[in-house]
Amino acid sequence: MHEAEDLYQEMILDHYRRPRNRRAMETADAFAEGYNPLCGDRVKVYVQVEDGIVKDVSFQGAGCAISTASASLMTESIRGKSLEQARALFNRFHGLITGEPAENGAPELGKLEVFSGVGKYPARVKCATLVWHTVNAALENRKETVTTE
Amino acid sequence: MMTSTQITAKPVRQRSSALDVQRVRRDFPILARQVNGKPLVYLDNAATSQKPQAVIDALVRYYTDSNANIHRGVHTLSVRATDLYEHARDRVRAFINAASSKEIVFVRGATEGVNLVAQTHARARLRAGDEIMITNLEHHSNIVPWQLLCAQTGAVLRIAPINDEGELIFEEFERLLGPRTKIVSFTHVSNALGTINPVVKMTELAHRIGATVIIDGAQAVPHAKVDVRAIGCDFYVFSSHKMFGPTGVGAVYGRLELLEAMPPYQGGGEMIKSVTFENTTYNDVPHKFEAGTPNIAGTVGFGAAIDYLEEVGFDAIAEHEHNLLVNGTERLSTIPGLRLIGTARDKAAVLSFVVDGIHPHDIGTILDQHGVAVRTGQHCAQPVMDRFGIPATVRASMAFYNTREEIDSLAAALRHAVEVFG
Repeated sequence: MHEAEDLYQEMILDHYRRPRNRRAMETADAFAEGYNPLCGDRVKVYVQVEDGIVKDVSFQGAGCAISTASASLMTESIRGKSLEQARALFNRFHGLITGEPAENGAPELGKLEVFSGVGKYPARVKCATLVWHTVNAALENRKETVTTE
Repeated sequence: MMTSTQITAKPVRQRSSALDVQRVRRDFPILARQVNGKPLVYLDNAATSQKPQAVIDALVRYYTDSNANIHRGVHTLSVRATDLYEHARDRVRAFINAASSKEIVFVRGATEGVNLVAQTHARARLRAGDEIMITNLEHHSNIVPWQLLCAQTGAVLRIAPINDEGELIFEEFERLLGPRTKIVSFTHVSNALGTINPVVKMTELAHRIGATVIIDGAQAVPHAKVDVRAIGCDFYVFSSHKMFGPTGVGAVYGRLELLEAMPPYQGGGEMIKSVTFENTTYNDVPHKFEAGTPNIAGTVGFGAAIDYLEEVGFDAIAEHEHNLLVNGTERLSTIPGLRLIGTARDKAAVLSFVVDGIHPHDIGTILDQHGVAVRTGQHCAQPVMDRFGIPATVRASMAFYNTREEIDSLAAALRHAVEVFG
């Protein structure tokens, strides 16, 4: 298998072609925008939080396969999680991409493990992490645009 | 002590007929390396070009034999370093056919060149409500310095539009020139699309209304013989690193009478004749614009790059690159879903494109796995991307050391990308 296929695994391609939860959300409690000046990608993340639980999360924006699949899988991963769990998942995901070992008690990444190959492509790390920084900002209800810089 | 006569006595081996591409490739050590287990296919020349051994040797030789500060000491090495530095200035003068080496100012690169002209000549000339005209093809380095200047002076920035082929709409350019247009600044060759502008005609029209003409030549000088007097422009700026020389050095050509009338750019050593706390007298041009110790070694390497380029010969370069462009355009047209962005009739060997359903960054990553280096993104020309309604392109930009086989490798790697995403 050619190395490119290690990065572009079937699940990533599937979520790139058919992104889940790519829609605006009128009932959102908060949203945040992310911008990667390197490639011009923009992403907007909406969240609806009830009793400290992420009831719904969606995104808008078009980017590369890594960023789109990351956004799609992020929405699937954090829906139903508590704010604290969502933050822990973000930290663990960031650790996966940047090659930090998991600490005791770190959450299981599940499907997000598919991004483990991204760490070998330093120029692409931000593609995977932008939407997570953005959802973090939305959950903290920060209004300013998040950038990868 | 070596004299400047000896320095210029380098024999010129003119390689007359067609380009022997395998022979010139051997002059560039980096082209022999592998990337990700594949032979390097370097198609990012518009970002920066690779360096021939002659340039690398010039840097090593300078630091090994000649290093000293210039225009300062009476000692042998200082005189020697000054000779080498000033010799490079004369090589640059001859390279673009300027009338005098006083018309050549060394800067860090084309970007600093535009900033220098903006903050000296243009700033002194502009009044609130005056107009600066650029085109929709410009690199950010020929946009932002003018925006800064507009904020400082109250001048207004006007943009000459381009058509769907990525060519300047000449009638619009002409129509936008008016009595308030004082500065007209445009690229010779577009970095993002490869479009070659009709610079002679543009200069003539801008001069007819009395505007100053500045040309960004960064993408032109590696590909064709430039003659600033034939063009007739007032300023021409370019970088060494895009024409096979070191990074961190470039040149501003300015007509002597304009340079002499201009206020200084930066203050410091070298740009002065005498300094007291009451009064400072500036140095003569071009030294008036070269405050501080310059990139001496890089400038010597810049001169070596010119020697090398002239030895290869621009006729052979132009013919070879044209063949690469024709061949590359054909090959890319066979890739499913590929659309070229920038199809100007008059074009440098640049292939900018998008592929349906695959983001340029994903293409760039897959190509890199094949050892193929291209640029993906906005190419520091966001307004060009906006004009075509796309976020980014893939850009394969060629130099005379690229081969048809490398175009084949590019096409094969693109087919693989289409397969992965198919």
